Amino acid sequence: MKKENKVLGFLRDNTVPIMFIVICAVCIPISGFSASYLMNEIVTRMGRNIFLILALLIPIMSGMGLNFGMTLGAMAGEIALIFVSDWQIWGIPGVVLAMILSIPISIVLGAFCGKILNMAKGREMITSYIISFFMNGIYQLIVLYMMGSIIPIRHFSVKLPRGYGIRNTVSLLNMRQCLDNLLAVRVAGVKIPVLTFLIIALLCLFIVWFRRTKLGQDMRAVGQDMNVARDAGINVERTRIISIVMSTVLAGFGMVIYLQNMGNIATYSSHSQIGMFCIAALLVGGASVDRASIGNVFLGVVLFHTMFIVAPKAGAQITGDSMIGEYFRVFVSYAVITLALVMYETKKRKHKSLMAQQLQQEQKEASAS
Amino acid sequence: MANAKTPLLEMRKIKKDFFGNQVLTDINLTLAEGEVLGLCGENGAGKSTLMKILFGMDVIRQTGGYEGEILLNGEKVQFNTPFDALAAGIGMVHQEFSLIPGFTATENILLNREPKKRNVISEVFGDRLDTLDYNEMTGRAEAAISKMGFSIDKNMVISEMPVGHKQFTEIARELSKDRLKLLILDEPTAVLTEKEAEALLASIRSMSEQGIAVIFITHRLQEILAVCNRVVVMRDGFVISDVPAENTTVQEISKWMVGRNVETAAKLDIRDHSAAKTIMSIKRLWVDMPGETVRDVSLDVKEGEILGIGGLAGQGKLGIPNGVMGLYEAGGTVEFDGKQIPLNSPRKCLDASLAFVSEDRRGVGLLLDETLEWNIAFPAMQVQEKFLKTYLGGLVKWRDEKAIRDVTERYIEELAIKCTGSKQKAKELSGGNQQKICLAKAFALEPKFLFVSEPTRGIDVGAKALVLEALRRFNRESGVTVVMISSELEELRSICDRIAIVSGGRIAGIRPASDPSEDFGMLMVSMVK
Repeated sequence: MKKENKVLGFLRDNTVPIMFIVICAVCIPISGFSASYLMNEIVTRMGRNIFLILALLIPIMSGMGLNFGMTLGAMAGEIALIFVSDWQIWGIPGVVLAMILSIPISIVLGAFCGKILNMAKGREMITSYIISFFMNGIYQLIVLYMMGSIIPIRHFSVKLPRGYGIRNTVSLLNMRQCLDNLLAVRVAGVKIPVLTFLIIALLCLFIVWFRRTKLGQDMRAVGQDMNVARDAGINVERTRIISIVMSTVLAGFGMVIYLQNMGNIATYSSHSQIGMFCIAALLVGGASVDRASIGNVFLGVVLFHTMFIVAPKAGAQITGDSMIGEYFRVFVSYAVITLALVMYETKKRKHKSLMAQQLQQEQKEASAS
Repeated sequence: MANAKTPLLEMRKIKKDFFGNQVLTDINLTLAEGEVLGLCGENGAGKSTLMKILFGMDVIRQTGGYEGEILLNGEKVQFNTPFDALAAGIGMVHQEFSLIPGFTATENILLNREPKKRNVISEVFGDRLDTLDYNEMTGRAEAAISKMGFSIDKNMVISEMPVGHKQFTEIARELSKDRLKLLILDEPTAVLTEKEAEALLASIRSMSEQGIAVIFITHRLQEILAVCNRVVVMRDGFVISDVPAENTTVQEISKWMVGRNVETAAKLDIRDHSAAKTIMSIKRLWVDMPGETVRDVSLDVKEGEILGIGGLAGQGKLGIPNGVMGLYEAGGTVEFDGKQIPLNSPRKCLDASLAFVSEDRRGVGLLLDETLEWNIAFPAMQVQEKFLKTYLGGLVKWRDEKAIRDVTERYIEELAIKCTGSKQKAKELSGGNQQKICLAKAFALEPKFLFVSEPTRGIDVGAKALVLEALRRFNRESGVTVVMISSELEELRSICDRIAIVSGGRIAGIRPASDPSEDFGMLMVSMVK
């Protein structure tokens, strides 16, 4: 009886990942992809995405939920890359320079976002989402009108023919996969980007270490109960801002890694969906609004991207229409986020009515004896 | 104390008022090193305010500070924030837990005072990136727990702990502060089982032996006698008595707590309704209202009477009306006028002609941003479709503005509500007048049965008398049964026919209001949990 409850509890706590495992298990054979192709794709996408998703962990730790603040970091990364490609600095030096350049931009954007989120405690997710829309407008103003006219941009491959503004697509061909290819190893036909994974491993180590620092401890305290933390003398507002700044800076690095893998910047759209997809991937890995681990990140990336790869093909095989798969993956990422939020709420309610059940039980027992 | 040493703490002529409302008058208090002082008094006697002053809580400064002086080791001190008080060696365990639910006991005990180790990164980026020294943390937590003398699992996460252990974790946190000289415990045993409470008393004794002075606030008087050196009883902002614990008894203390100087307050026209029919019968009610849990309450209310429900704070008296009216999750059965009322559904209660004036005026009672007219007419309009004009055979309903204004003006006059007119916004009124609006709102429903919860909380003496008089008239003239919940016993005695005392979530006893105050006082503390 008790064992059964445990199994049920496990199923309930992990509904989303289990659902995705089932979807993938059904779609993989239908899609007809070879194992080595599938592995290659998944490994590439892990290298591309994991760093970005790890950037989400720190705001979750400090109780700021699934935070779209990372979108701002992504914009910083893009701006940095635009400069670097204008200066024609390619390869590893270009990647490193872009990362360094993104830091001040990320810090400014992150501090701004953190300040606003401090005024909207408890509504961080939606507020940060709207901030990302607002910042997108400013980003477009800078990239479309100010770059080339006020901010010096010279290279023709980056600038629009009219003399100012950045092209729709900025090619990073000379930088493409330079991180991934350095030290890359082929195992059974699967290319493993060792350096990228090393960087990711370093970040994971950093996060594990960070949890054990004073700041990490403060963030966890603030995340669980702001009032208690404040009473203990922790500067709650400042801690929350630092947490968002750390997230945007990491997201800026993550975006540089992401784009060097892709090989081009879609100047006006790369960042717009990245927040949504990263959050969806994290949730698919079994995270919730207030709890996420490194394990959730890895599982989420594997499952989410497996679905991304196989669903269009499987959809095409079944219906003969490849659009259905495309539709399906967008639909699923929104559905996952909604589902995760609803489940989080119900869990909270259930916890609340527990006390009532206990009272009822007590009374029953008292009258029986 | 006979010794000539300067006392650890001395409070001289402390005075405090909240916007002209005097809550503390000339309080003098001394405390020697290692002394245990029991502080008792009814709700609103001023205990909490006094402790807030001592602990430098923000609320004191925000409301204009206090008069008088506090001396620590003979030196005058002024605490502007709790951190100042902590630095001076004063610790306080509040009634509400101040713990991080997902942290272990150790992490909570050392919250924001964690021992740290420097490292390369923190050299560059500042000391917030120091790593925590977990070994040292364990050591300090262990030391604090052993100092307390009650063993708790230092690695257990708070959210998984029984309530009592959470309380001990808080105490251990205070004890882990090296400089602690004085510990204030605000009703620490309220959440403890009997065994845990005994353990706490033992640990208070051991603290006292180690030279830590303790101010112990509790409603369980036997505990005070068991552990304290001295007992201080407060009432209405005065210190009523300050005696060595061995020279007094529970009876004496409870008499000091409730007895008024002017005993004329007791009501004159108490009516006996025991022959009347039972209009409401509550059976085996439990209510899950946080902080006001009700357990297994059965109660009969007679038609036409004014029944008072009294008791100390947190004992469950507020849970009864909130549970019956469906505002908090409840179970059991409630029969009204021969028909069963479904619980957990406020609308059904209103439909059955019950009305409720909530203790939460601003949250539940009023539409703060709307006019008085709306506030008074709204429930009647919603529930009984009063003040509506119907057209086209009921298809279209319009508000009858004139009827609404008339009824509002009538109540403004009857209850002497101070306002600029019936169109003023509710939030602009003072507390007492807001309370009158709440009553008018309930009166406009013309109910058969009225729950009034803490009708005089936070309002001044003049308004109090008016509110009580309005309730009495409403009952005597319209024959409406009234159940009034109040923390102030004398107020209940001045208006009610019978008074039920709730203690530990249960009914401790029901007595006619003419019984002496001490008897009610004894009931109040009889089953305190």
